Order: sequence, then C-alpha cells, then structure tokens
Amino acid sequence: MKVMLSRVMMVLLTCFLSSTQVLAAEKAEDLYKNYCWQCHGMTGNGNGVNVRDMSVQPRDHTDAKEMSARSDDEIFKAIKEGGQAISKSVLMPPWGGVLSDDEIHSLVKYLRHLCQCSGNQ
Amino acid sequence: MEHCQRYLLCWLLLLPVAVNASGNDAGMALLQKDCSGCHDLTGPAPTTIAGVWQRQGPDLFYAGNKYKPAWLKTWLQKPVRIRPAGMYYGRHIKEGADGDVIDSTTLKPHPRLNGEQAKAVTEALMSLRAGSHLINEGEYKPGKISMAMGELMFDKFRGCLACHEIEEGYGGLSGPEVYSAGNRLQEDFMISYMRDPQAWDPRIFMPNKHLKDRDLQKFVHFFRALAAENEQ
Repeated sequence: MKVMLSRVMMVLLTCFLSSTQVLAAEKAEDLYKNYCWQCHGMTGNGNGVNVRDMSVQPRDHTDAKEMSARSDDEIFKAIKEGGQAISKSVLMPPWGGVLSDDEIHSLVKYLRHLCQCSGNQ
Repeated sequence: MEHCQRYLLCWLLLLPVAVNASGNDAGMALLQKDCSGCHDLTGPAPTTIAGVWQRQGPDLFYAGNKYKPAWLKTWLQKPVRIRPAGMYYGRHIKEGADGDVIDSTTLKPHPRLNGEQAKAVTEALMSLRAGSHLINEGEYKPGKISMAMGELMFDKFRGCLACHEIEEGYGGLSGPEVYSAGNRLQEDFMISYMRDPQAWDPRIFMPNKHLKDRDLQKFVHFFRALAAENEQ
C-alpha cells in the first residue's frame, strides 16, 4: 500500500513539477559551450569534436567574411529553425523549443563577438 | 499555492526512502553506497547548464523506464564506454591540430560488478521509474526498415549522425553511440526521449527534431536492426 501510494505521488509530483517548470535564462557563453561547441568547436572555428564524419563542415564563427554575409535575422532563424530554414545543411538542428527566443538573440550577439563583425542587414 | 508546492516538494524528498523500502535492499544499498557519487538516483534532472556539466554518469532515477534489464546485468559485469566523450563532452575535449579531439586522460572507466552484484543492482535499478507519465506503454510497434533507409534517415534526412556513432569509429562523438541502443534501451523510452529530449532532461544538448510518430517508429526499427547487426 505504501509503495503504491509512493508511486502515485511520484507520478503526480513529476507531472506537477514538469508542468510548472520554467528554466532560468543562461549566459550566452554557457549556451554556446553547451549546445554549439560539439560541432562548431571550442574556439568557434567549425572544427568541433563531432566533425570527423560530417558531410558538411560546420560554419566557422570566427570567419568575419562569411559571418558578415548573414544578417542577424538569418542567424536567428538558422539557430531557431535549423539549417534547412535558410537553405543550409540539415546537420544544423533546430534549437527552438530548447532555447528561448531571448537566449537565441543573446547567442546571435555572442556570434557577432566571435567574428568581430556585424551582419549584412 | 506556494504552501501546496512546499508540501509536495517535501513529499518528493521523502519519496526515495519510501520506494527503496519496497525491496531490492541489497541492490539499493549497493547503489547508494557505490553509485550515488556519480549517478543521480533521486532526481529531478538538472534545470541549469551548470547542473548538466557536473554530471559524472547518467541519471538513474528513471533507469527502470529506460534500460533493458538483460543488457544492464551484462553491461555491469563488463562495462564499455557508451558516450565516447563522456557525459558532458565539453569537459573531455581539447584542441588538436585539425580540430577538437577527445582527451581520453580525463575519462574514467566504469567499475565492474560481479554476477551477484550485477543481478542485485539491476533489480534495484528497474524499480526506479520516474518519468512514467512521459511514456506511452506499448507505443512501439515492432517492424522493419532496411539498413540503407535507416542510415539515410539517421544521416542525410535528420542529421543525427552528427552527434551519434552508428558503428564504432563512425559518427559523432558528443552523444551516446546508437549501435547498441536496440539492446540497451526500452523501445517506448526511445520513442519518448526522441520525441522530446528536454522533457526528460531540460538542459541536455540534444535538439528536439520534432519527429513525426511514424519516423520515431522507424528510428527504433533502425536501432534494433543496428544492434542485431552489431551482435553478429
């Protein structure tokens, strides 16, 4: 009986907590390390640990020439909806639903910091 | 409402004690003594990136909904690495001449259990079943997919190969390999996790690809076929 009660409580509590869970906003640098390093690399040069068998090289975020050819809106869209949303590779996944719009905006600013460039608006 | 939340949170903290008292005492004692240093046995999953980075091993508070017991019992006696770059890859990589590489000196092997310990721990782990509300029991319907089509889906159509190996030495390294997933993971769990990784682990670095139900089924067909091929 005690076990059954515990299990019922576990289900109820998990539902309760997950339905009310709001994640605190994270710093752009930490977002980049968590979600982007794996493909774009520790220095943002597009040579992440996952690159070995990729058919398309991830974007070099330190390349001012390449990065300045994209507007902030395009970069926002690529992060939120994935590479295919801007006619680029499926290997760039959609991060919308994982990251908030505010976090994606902060990442766009962080990418501008990495490339030391501004976008072609 | 705030009072209600505190009351429920108190219950959550007490819950593992009540569940542990249900049996599997030997295995649960081993888990608490030898495993809890690296594995979270109580949950919930971290809601911050810092929490994800601190993880030493996979969360086990939903192990009973995640793993296949036969695989667990075997693996615990002969553990092999499932995540080539550890739990959070960022702690186990370094810059190399041609890009980032795994720094294997930072990775520790998993302890080996004897047969009796593995049996007891497996039984205890299978009793940890948080997250059941996320699983539709019986959702997976066994079926087949050609290896060629499965690989096309996994690589070209959905880009999952970027982060996961489909054979040893081929694929991405930041996520767990998938060539043993069909033996390792319960099918309904795989569907649930791929459908919404953040429902299980809010800050995990796996994207939500918004896969359709029929594609989720096909991916599990593929993982089962990969595992069968890997066993040969």
